[in-house]
Parts: sequence; structure tokens; C-alpha cells
Amino acid sequence: MTTNPLDADRPPELPRSGRRRGNGGGKRRDESLMVPDAKFESYYGRSVVKAPPWTEEIPTYLFLGGLAAGSGLIGAGGSARNLPALRRRGRFAALAAVALGGGALAKDLGRPERALNMMRTIKLTSPMSVGSWILAAFGTFASVAAAAEIGRQLPHQDGLLAKTLRVVDPPAAIGSALFSAPLAAYTAVLLSDTAAPTWHESYRELPFVFVGSANAAAAGLALIMSPADQNGPVRKMAVSGAALELGAGQLLRRNMHPLLAEPLHQGKAGRLLRAAEILTGGGAIGAMLFGRNRIGAGLSGVALLAGSALTRFGIFEAGMESAKDPKYTVQPQRERLERRRADGVTNDSITTIR
Amino acid sequence: MGYLDRQLSGPTDPIADAAWEEPRKRKGFFTDTSICIGCKACEVACKEWNAIPQDGNLDLLGSSYDNTGALGASTWRHVAFIEQTSDRIEQARESGRRLVDLGMPVMPPSQPMSPPHTAGIGPSPAAPGIDSSGGPVDLVGGMESAVAQATMAAATGTVPDFRWLMSSDVCKHCTHAGCLDVCPTGALFRTEFGTVVVQPDVCNGCGYCVAACPFGVIERRPTDNTVTNHGNAQKCTLCYDRLRDDQTPACAKACPTTSIKFGDLDEMVATAQERVSTLRDNGFTEARLYGANAEDGVGGTGSVFLLLDEPEVYGLPPDPRVPTAALPDMFRKAGMAGLAMLAMAAASFLGRRR
Repeated sequence: MTTNPLDADRPPELPRSGRRRGNGGGKRRDESLMVPDAKFESYYGRSVVKAPPWTEEIPTYLFLGGLAAGSGLIGAGGSARNLPALRRRGRFAALAAVALGGGALAKDLGRPERALNMMRTIKLTSPMSVGSWILAAFGTFASVAAAAEIGRQLPHQDGLLAKTLRVVDPPAAIGSALFSAPLAAYTAVLLSDTAAPTWHESYRELPFVFVGSANAAAAGLALIMSPADQNGPVRKMAVSGAALELGAGQLLRRNMHPLLAEPLHQGKAGRLLRAAEILTGGGAIGAMLFGRNRIGAGLSGVALLAGSALTRFGIFEAGMESAKDPKYTVQPQRERLERRRADGVTNDSITTIR
Repeated sequence: MGYLDRQLSGPTDPIADAAWEEPRKRKGFFTDTSICIGCKACEVACKEWNAIPQDGNLDLLGSSYDNTGALGASTWRHVAFIEQTSDRIEQARESGRRLVDLGMPVMPPSQPMSPPHTAGIGPSPAAPGIDSSGGPVDLVGGMESAVAQATMAAATGTVPDFRWLMSSDVCKHCTHAGCLDVCPTGALFRTEFGTVVVQPDVCNGCGYCVAACPFGVIERRPTDNTVTNHGNAQKCTLCYDRLRDDQTPACAKACPTTSIKFGDLDEMVATAQERVSTLRDNGFTEARLYGANAEDGVGGTGSVFLLLDEPEVYGLPPDPRVPTAALPDMFRKAGMAGLAMLAMAAASFLGRRR
């Protein structure tokens, strides 16, 4: 260490509480409406946890996987109730969405050529491993169901191929229905089983948001594609799905630590989620009121699809933001530590003096 | 507790849980930041031994003498630099004192008092060059006068005007490792030494481990054909290759002040406990351990640290929890959501068919 007398002229230190940098740009908002500025320590404002290296392929997959799951249910429902228009469209939509979604997942990998390594083990502690198997199973059933659908159009209905496809049709319908629910729900666990604070703390409500969003999106696509006189079931599915998505979304915001809910309201994620609410709500109301009209059904369907996609992108963005800013990691952890200490629980702290 | 109960949280022996037929003693680091001089020999030795490529563009970060920034895919040891003035030192000492007031167990007073020359606290309060009044001191007086001054300062409760905190951060090799739990390919595994290692030829770069680490350690190396293991998750292996030849990891071997100690984990924890007692008995109440508690949110770490301020000052989370600890509850919630999705679809298709 130096003893240079000029050391006495050190520039005044900035206060070390709060973030050192930032807060420069951006619009000023009424501060009384915002969460009070958190007092917290950090290492030069650097993040404590790391945001995953995921790009837009992941929220795209979240949307497409949900769309595939809901479409699988519509295909199975159409099969069970003998509604050929919904059955056919549901099955083809499920296969297309699951194939595109799987492609998006593979593209996001650091080593896409090793995508099949996902299948080299089954790990129950890894939602991604469990999800890969769910995706594979759903994809298999969806493919068989789509093949059976084509089989119904074959010119020689007493040929071996057509007969075989008729036999596998019901099991394929049941299989794609059974795997649709896990396919739509596991992605919420995937996001929540991370150290990204906003994702992790939303684990109680997020699966409900995602399955509602899945049903609403699939019903939206079916509303666009189906003749208006056969869309009764999907109109109902659109309304209930949208209601679940919006209701669970509200509950999610309300139950969460106010600081951790902040990324859901602010910035890009806030804009995406506000737009998603308007589109999903508008789409559901449109489907309810104008769903019997071909144009009304189509427009409602577009709104529902867009709403579901924006929900996924918004939730994705909010979690990424919560990982990037250290205040979302440090402040809630510090609070829960102090709370436990106040309750006299001191045995489970990572900081000890012995 | 049964085998399953201790797989996600709580104290356990990870080597036994991983069912190694020839288990070895669990190895670990004790990083004593009170004697770190911030030379970064550990960073360099780690890079050389493990053939780690350049990280970033070698920018000056403006973070004191830290131009590495953080742990990452190509930085497996990271030396943090923090500059503090006397009010911050007093605050750190006070927060350390609070740990006793909270009733946390201390080492018994019968502990033999260490000779004064081991009480020195590195470049900080005991550093030659600055006395408690801030004036320059005679460097020729050497070690003894510095120790005398420091002991006096500690006894009278005075703090220096200024100190540097330096800490070499590294992967924590958690007992319950979030990265390992969520890895879908099995690329991450628990070694016979209880450490957590990536197999780069198996990893497909999904990035899930990055999001699951509560300490922000592991990272995916950017795709770049000119470097090794690009697109893969990378982190400290605790020099697995050296361990298998009974060698010390490169960073510990290179550390000139023995700030980084390596050995059997139980011995490391014992050494750390002895050291923190010594420091606190000599008045350095800012000293505390980080990661030495098997009851903490990650079941104890394989890298124990002695810190001189709150963890978040060093960029460490104050109360980390492995995200997977909540996984059973997450799957339960997702299961309920999945059932809700099926029920809503079924309800839509039942009843009138219009």
C-alpha cells in the first residue's frame, strides 16, 4: 500500500447503498406508485444470479407447446364427440405446433447437433428432462393421430394401411389428450425451478396461467380455422381458458413479494403483459358474443392467439429481468433472513461465526 | 430421514447418495479472504491448467482493481476487489457483532489464544502503511510494529481509515447443486470427491443449469468455433483431473498467501472455524464464515469462505436456496393445473354440440 501524501485527496465516495449506476435515463413516473427504492448492497451493481442464455426461441416454444397441447385436446374432444371439423383441425394443429416448438427448442441449444442427448437419461429432478419425455410422447401420439386423420381420406378404405390407421386412431386420441395437460403445465415448472427470482416465486400460480393460456390459444386457432356452425366447444374453451389465464395471472401478481412483481409491471415485460391481458380478455369476450359469426370468430381467435403468445413472452422477459438486477435477488433474501432471525431461527443461515 | 427426503435439501453425504462404489473423502476449498492480497495468481493458474479461453474483450471495468467482473464460463476463479472507508468498516464490524447478539453459537472461550502473529488480518486493519490516524508509518519497522498497531487498534476498537476487501470466488460445489439437479442430459455429475463436474462431450448447451445456480456460477460458453467446448456449460471442476492424481487444484497450488486452502472438506470447515474464532477473539468481529453450515439452503457448500463483510458486498447471495428444494410442490401445483386444463376441455365438449 502506498503512503503517497496525495492519497489524502481521494475524491468523495458515493454512498454505497442502492445501485451505483443507472437510474439515469428512462421516464420519470409518479414515485408514490412505485415500490420504494430498495436499500441493498451489491458488488458494483452486478447480478448475483445469472439469467439463462435463452433467446426468443424459448418463449416461442412456451407458446407453441401450449398451442399443441390445447389443440391435442380439441382433436381428442372432436374425436370423442364426433365433430370431424374440430377433430381434423385440432390434430393437424397439434402436430404442426409440436414440431415447430421442438425445432425452436433444438435451435436454442448451444450444441443443437446434440439435441438427442436429452433422451439419454430420465431425471425426475430436472423439469427439462421430464418435459423432453412428455414432449416426445405427445409428439408421437400427435403424429399417429394426424396419420390416422390422413388414413380417413385414403381412397382404399379396406386396404391394410387404412385398416391399421383406423385401429390406432382411438389410442392416439387418448394418448394425445393425456399428454396434453403435462405438456402445457411442465413449462411453468421449467421456469420456476430456477434461481431467477420472479420465475421461482411464481411457481404456485404459473402452471394455471400457462394451461389457461394453452387452452385459449388452441381454441383461438380453432376459431380461426373452423366453420362457425361447428365451433361451439371451442368457444367455451376459449372463454374458460382466457378466464383461467387472466385470473391466475392476477393472483400471481398479488401473492408475490411486491419487489419481485415489479418486473411484471415495468419495461418491456410490463408492456407485453398489459397487451396480453387486453388481447386475451377481448378475444374471450369476442368469442362469447360474436363467435357464431365467421368473421367475429376469426378476429377473436387472432386476439386469443396473440394474447397467449404475449403472455409467454412477457413472463419470459420478466424472469430474465429479475435475474439481471441484483436487487431482486439480494433484497428478498435479506428480508427473509432477517425475518427468520427475528423469529429466533439462526441455525439455517449460510453465514455463521463458528 | 429417508434417502428420498434428503435428496433435494438438508444435510446429506452427496458421495454416498450418488452411489459411488469407491467413494473418496469429500474435498473442498477454504478461501480465507482475510489474507488474500488480490494478486490473481489463482485466476491465472486456473486458466492455464484448464486451458480456458479469453473471457470478454479485456476491458477496464472501473471496478477498483477488478477487471474480470464475475465468475463465468471462461472464468472459474474471480478475485473481487472492494474499497471501503472507515464508516463501512465500522458497519461491517457491527453487522458481524450482531451475529453474536442473535444467539449464534460461538466457539468456547477455553479455545487456546493464538499467538499474535496469526491474528493479523492481511492487508486490512493490520496492514502496514496506515495507522489508525491515517498517517504514514515507518515501513522499516516491519511486521512487528504493524502487528502491534493492529492489536492495539483492535483492542481500542478503532478502525482504519480505509481498507481493501479481496476475495477469490469460485464454484461452491453445493451439497444440493441446482445445476446438477436440473441438468437434463446427465452431463453434470457428482464425482467421487463430492464435487460437481460438467462432461463437455455430453452437454448440449441447453442453458438450464445457468438459470438454476443460486450463486450465478455456471455459464454457457458462447458459440465460437475457435475455442474449446464452445456452446457448453462450463465451470470450476475443482481440478477433477488433478484430484484423481492426488494433486492440489491449480488455484490453491498457486496461491502465494495460502488464502486458498484445499483439502478434505471436514478439515477445511474445522480450519475455517478455528480461523474465524481467532479473528473474532482478536476484535475483528467483521469476520464470519460463508458456506460452512450444512443446514443452509443448499445443504452446505464444498467451498467455504471467510468474509469480512456481508456476503452481498462480495456479490454473494445472503440467503441462497437451491430452487429444486421446492420441486415436489411445483410438480403438485402443475398436476393440479393439468387436471384443471383437462376438466375445462372436457366441460367444453360435453353438453350441447353447437
